[in-house]
Amino acid sequence: MGRTVTFDGNEAAASVAHRLSEVIAIYPITPSSAMGELADEWSAHGSSNLWGVVPTVIEMQSEGGAAGAVHGALQGGALATTFTASQGLLLMIPNMYKIAGELTSFCMHVAARALATHALSIFGDHSDVMACRQTGFALLSSASVQEAHDLACIAHAATLEARIPFLHFFDGFRTSHELARIAYLGDEELRAMIDETLVEAHRARGLTPDRPVLRGTAQNPDVFFQAREAVNGFYAACPEIVQRTMDRFAALTGRAYHLFEYAGAADAERVVVVMGSAGEATEETVHHLRALGEKVGVLKVRLYRPFAADAFVAALPKTVRRIAVLDRTKEPGALGEPLYLDVVTALRERGDVRLANETLVIGGRYGLASKELTPAMVAAVFAELSTARPRRHFSLGIVDDVTHESLPFDSELDIEPDDVVRAVFFGLGSDGTVSANKSAVKIIAEETDLHAQGYFVYDSKKSGAVTVSHLRFGPRPIHSTYLVKRASFVACHQFSFLERQDVLEVAAPGATFLLNSPYGPDEVWSHLPREVQQQIVEKKLQLHVIDAHRLARTLGMRGRINTIMQTCFFAISGVLPRAEAIERIKESIRKQYARKGPAVVDANVAAVDATLAELHRVTVPANELNGRERPPIVALEAPPFVQRVTAVVLEGKGDLLPVSAFPVDGTWPLGTAKWEKRNIALDIPVWDEVLCIQCNKCALVCPHAAIRAKVYPGGAFADAPPAFKGVPYRGHEYEEHHYTIQVAPEDCTGCTLCVMVCPAKDKSNPRHKALDMKPQAPLRETERDNFRFFLDLPEVDRTTVRGDIKSVQLLEPLFEFSGACSGCGETPYVKLLTQMFGDRSVIANATGCSSIYGGNLPTTPYTTDAAGRGPAWSNSLFEDNAEFGLGARLALDFQRAEAEALVRTLAADLGDALVRGLLEGEQHTEAGVRAQRERVAALQAALPKLGSPAALRLRSLADALVRKSVWIVGGDGWAYDIGFGGLDHVLSLGRDVNVLVLDTEVYSNTGGQQSKATPLGASAKFAIAGKGTGKKDIGLMAMSYGNVYVAHVAFGAKDQHTVRAFQEAAAHPGPSLIVAYSHCIAHGYDLAFGLEQQKRAVATGYWPLYRWDPRRIESGESPLQLDSTAAPDGLVEFMRHETRFRVIEQESPKRFHELATRAKTELERRVRLYQELAHLHLTAHSGAAPAAPGRG
Amino acid sequence: MDLSTRYLGFHLPHPLMPGASPLVDDLDMVRRLEDAGASAIVLHSLFEEQIEAEEHGYWSATEGPANTFAEAVTYFPQNDEYRTGPGDYLERVRRIRETVGVPVIASLNGTTAAGWLQHARLLQEAGAHALELNVYYVATDPDETADAVEQRVVDVLAAVKQAVAIPVAVKLSPYYSSFARLARRLDEAGADGLVVFNRFYQPDIDVEQLEVVPRLALSSPHELLPRLRWLAILSGRVRPSLAVTGGVHDAMGALKAVMAGAHAVQMVSVLLREGPEVLRRVRDDLERWLVEHEYESLRQAQGSMSLERCPDPSAFERGNYMRVLQSWRP
Repeated sequence: MGRTVTFDGNEAAASVAHRLSEVIAIYPITPSSAMGELADEWSAHGSSNLWGVVPTVIEMQSEGGAAGAVHGALQGGALATTFTASQGLLLMIPNMYKIAGELTSFCMHVAARALATHALSIFGDHSDVMACRQTGFALLSSASVQEAHDLACIAHAATLEARIPFLHFFDGFRTSHELARIAYLGDEELRAMIDETLVEAHRARGLTPDRPVLRGTAQNPDVFFQAREAVNGFYAACPEIVQRTMDRFAALTGRAYHLFEYAGAADAERVVVVMGSAGEATEETVHHLRALGEKVGVLKVRLYRPFAADAFVAALPKTVRRIAVLDRTKEPGALGEPLYLDVVTALRERGDVRLANETLVIGGRYGLASKELTPAMVAAVFAELSTARPRRHFSLGIVDDVTHESLPFDSELDIEPDDVVRAVFFGLGSDGTVSANKSAVKIIAEETDLHAQGYFVYDSKKSGAVTVSHLRFGPRPIHSTYLVKRASFVACHQFSFLERQDVLEVAAPGATFLLNSPYGPDEVWSHLPREVQQQIVEKKLQLHVIDAHRLARTLGMRGRINTIMQTCFFAISGVLPRAEAIERIKESIRKQYARKGPAVVDANVAAVDATLAELHRVTVPANELNGRERPPIVALEAPPFVQRVTAVVLEGKGDLLPVSAFPVDGTWPLGTAKWEKRNIALDIPVWDEVLCIQCNKCALVCPHAAIRAKVYPGGAFADAPPAFKGVPYRGHEYEEHHYTIQVAPEDCTGCTLCVMVCPAKDKSNPRHKALDMKPQAPLRETERDNFRFFLDLPEVDRTTVRGDIKSVQLLEPLFEFSGACSGCGETPYVKLLTQMFGDRSVIANATGCSSIYGGNLPTTPYTTDAAGRGPAWSNSLFEDNAEFGLGARLALDFQRAEAEALVRTLAADLGDALVRGLLEGEQHTEAGVRAQRERVAALQAALPKLGSPAALRLRSLADALVRKSVWIVGGDGWAYDIGFGGLDHVLSLGRDVNVLVLDTEVYSNTGGQQSKATPLGASAKFAIAGKGTGKKDIGLMAMSYGNVYVAHVAFGAKDQHTVRAFQEAAAHPGPSLIVAYSHCIAHGYDLAFGLEQQKRAVATGYWPLYRWDPRRIESGESPLQLDSTAAPDGLVEFMRHETRFRVIEQESPKRFHELATRAKTELERRVRLYQELAHLHLTAHSGAAPAAPGRG
Repeated sequence: MDLSTRYLGFHLPHPLMPGASPLVDDLDMVRRLEDAGASAIVLHSLFEEQIEAEEHGYWSATEGPANTFAEAVTYFPQNDEYRTGPGDYLERVRRIRETVGVPVIASLNGTTAAGWLQHARLLQEAGAHALELNVYYVATDPDETADAVEQRVVDVLAAVKQAVAIPVAVKLSPYYSSFARLARRLDEAGADGLVVFNRFYQPDIDVEQLEVVPRLALSSPHELLPRLRWLAILSGRVRPSLAVTGGVHDAMGALKAVMAGAHAVQMVSVLLREGPEVLRRVRDDLERWLVEHEYESLRQAQGSMSLERCPDPSAFERGNYMRVLQSWRP
């Protein structure tokens, strides 16, 4: 083997694509984002393509935009590529038809991913690429990281000759994110594969006024059809070209590929046909079964379109009698999934008489959204083929107890050879476990003869997330495309995990178990849960402990235990000789952290040296099972659905849930996050009730609704737990009431924002505030009881709440304990929205951070009040959220109008007072809403007695008479980029919708790509050297409509302003836009300082606070009220507080100076513009009329 | 009039130079300083602690959230160009060195033995003509003895002297119980210059917010007095050349410092307030005064009012202090 590298699938494909392209247009989407990011980094660092030129990489506003840009570049004669997945690929389909219809040489790379149906999933399957099989693209499938590298090259080469565009794909996550050692294709090899005359021919087909042609005509019935058929010859020729290209590649590299690759017995009777990474696991299983004497084989599909039926038939062994086709997609209502249908057709059309008539073909679905395909499942398929009457159609890997389509399988079957070291690590996202394991894979793959594989599983939370790393090391290439089931090494990097999940289920008998434990070797045993003790004894595990957290603290590693735990792994796993391993870790640290500076390198190297002395083997007592039993996953009082479904998922056993456990249409109950007690905070706030000035700012800023304020009648205090704190309420509005600030100890993430904002200091000892952080563990049980009692205390009467921040924070949050980052700057706004309007809101949520922390299983944060009311929440797509929310408004308005018409129809029977109240009652205040609800209740009581068809119809519409608040929520990626067209249109329509833009100024959810909200001077992916253009002023654009209410808010700078803006936006009868400054981990600083940074942002004018209220025009005032002053001189200081800006200064002080100067100039201009606008005097607006009250 | 002086082995046309300040951040300002006649350029300190904090901060900000979430393996672009460490500062030294013809004195504040050495070498390589070690240390640990505090300064100097060939000055605070003794020990350890005194950021108190607020007010002329005393005490009794910093705002201040024993006079506050041209004015005023008073050269006045040479040495000693206090009686 020549040069080898350790790549994941994304890097493997991108490495080839970048070197073979001139123009790269992309848009980030999981799991393909890394391909575009790498291409951008390479170009930014001056890496050239095969022709010595640095490819142009451009980020577009959507995948639709990227496809358009690529189409244009191709038409311009450039070699272009793009990378995408899932919904992004769907957005490219219109251009794909065009690109194919114009016979354009082009190769795109797709990390195949599920499509959003009943739910979104970021994980891998073939739903997206299968949705493109009709576009005219060639579809080429890679099954492994090596193939993603090789077939990328073959696709780029073949498209030049075939002129058919190629979609090269591999399985999202399984291949795109698997780290493996592969043979690297050097420039010389790529050069040998690319025919320069074909490149020139492609260029010559480009549009140029020197040889002008016309493309994209419109054609009539007389000619369109024939012209469409003109491409047929190219499709017929394509498979042969691909095979020829594969053969050339084989001659060059020794790695042979075929359109259809058969492996197994030459005389196989049973064959599985499969495409993608599952082919690897299937082939492993075939080898296993053949060793047992079974006549089985696997046919792996590489070129799926054009489907070369002859080659397919030729690749099958002549002896085959039964075929099972496995599809990684679902086409409800079809006779079968697409690969199955193709196989049936191919056999029927091209097989000999026996093949065509006597071969039984069955089809199964597997692996949707990265569901595992294991050898056990594959063995079940072969077993099914052996039965007398195999099922024609089946599903694989799940239990379908409803339609009974699933195949049973033996989950205990393990076919992995003993000479493969298998290791599983349970870590916390923030402790660096995955980074360390990636580095371990690289060390072994690059420095030894062993083959290595790393695959990493993340949970859905952005704070306190659990990561599970699956590593394999072995003497042969590793084809196991599934998670490790039996590990010889298990590491648990957080002691608390032992209480929450069964980390030792995966441990093989005799395995080594490394535990990061606050308890030493002599005392740890009695602290282990009994279930853990039992497994250690029964499986005869070798237990080692280290107190990595203490050691990391001592060494100044700030919670990063990765280097320590990695050293332990190498010290006791035996993968490498200990001394050699230690040297290699140090070398890897020097390489890995070179960019972070010598202080970081030194700290990590010191950690390696300090670790071995702290690592201890534990003598396991023979039969001393004295630990506590693991507590139940959710509290016993949780609702049945949570017990039955959610708890199983939380335990990590969601794969075992049968189909019947699930709602059929993706509809889920609210209020599940409260049952997931994550206990991730090491320290939690403790309230000093004497010092507290009862301002409620802590409750406002808490991103997780984990600290709350309540006012309640003094008497309610009587049965409180002994440690519960309550003091008389300070204020006249609630006399003889008590007041409590209560923390939810198991839900707090320990971000400290509440402590930072707390203004109440002890005058004698100002270090002590009304809120101080204290260790959680000793407080957990007491505060848990207190929080339970607190929740049962009566909620404040909403009609008594005024508009000030203190009052508003007495309202119950209906958004709690989300999976957002610790210290998140978005969620306080969402929580505020639910406090103020949650009981009457419909929320349309764009895909992004807010949809993930808002709606990603296993538990979700939106919840209900005691009356069962709460936000009705839904996520449609990324790109259509404004339109989706508008649709909800239209439905509500329509229903309300119809209900009102029916009320009028029934007026005589209902009585004047009720009718007038229902139709004309004020509904802009809490009292008004309550009165209307009471009237609707009276109406509902009266309707059954009327009995008329109108009355019956009104029963299901009556609730629409209560005014509903529609909120369209999303991030800046949605509002400024992909969804801007729709947002702009919705704002223009005058309908009563409220748009909340959670502006982090970057694509946060997909990992920090620049958006049009990214400010001038900030470094982001696709703006590595600092964004050279200014932030789009979306507020100003919305103002131009004249009738849109616009507010620019920053809760950390002026909380009352934020509350006021929310109130005014909701009350505005037309469209409202709130642009909300949201500090974010993608800004690069400790979010404990998020509020301070918000203050700086506002003080400098970087983030002006304002409200543009068209209603003010009528009273002769300027619609724009500036609510903050600006001191642009502080801008540079503001910038220096964030890594995204500071990184530019470190890298190039000159560029920083230049960008900062420009940023300041632009800021000064904007300040002047706003000041001018604030003095505008318009007599009447000229935009569309605000919606009539009846419509909004 | 010959105003020349010798400082750190350099023959300078006069003793006036800008002290460590943010003035040198701007190359145009550096040129203006030279044009105004600065006899040397002293850079503000390279703070090892800040570099370390920056490295750890960058590490936390970029690595902390990395590999924690399936959709975002990282949140920041990988940038090969990113440099932590003293790159900016070294670049500034190089640029200033290229820009001006006068000696360039880099300043260093280290926190670790390795850091002092490594950065001292880098500053020498970047072209600094001399180093000023800014020993900025507030001894808050009650278990640390005065000897240990002094030893720390001596050790740092000795190590840096070993590491570099260029002259090294030590900039000190007045908060040593035996300042003269420390000066002698630094002399023995090879110091080429002593700079008195460092001016610390002074913590102030915000009584409304109950917060400690770090401040650095510009100096005032009365701050010169303790410096005069210690220059006078050291002058002629230690080998290293002496520089004053803090409180010199005009020619009279400069002259007093020189008479007390200073070989170099560093000015900051007045330059920040009034611009670099002040240097020329002070130089001219100094020259005029010397001419008017029929001095042959500045060197004639240098150290004339030191403890060793002044007519009443006790004026610099403790009794003086008591008398001044008594003179405040109404």
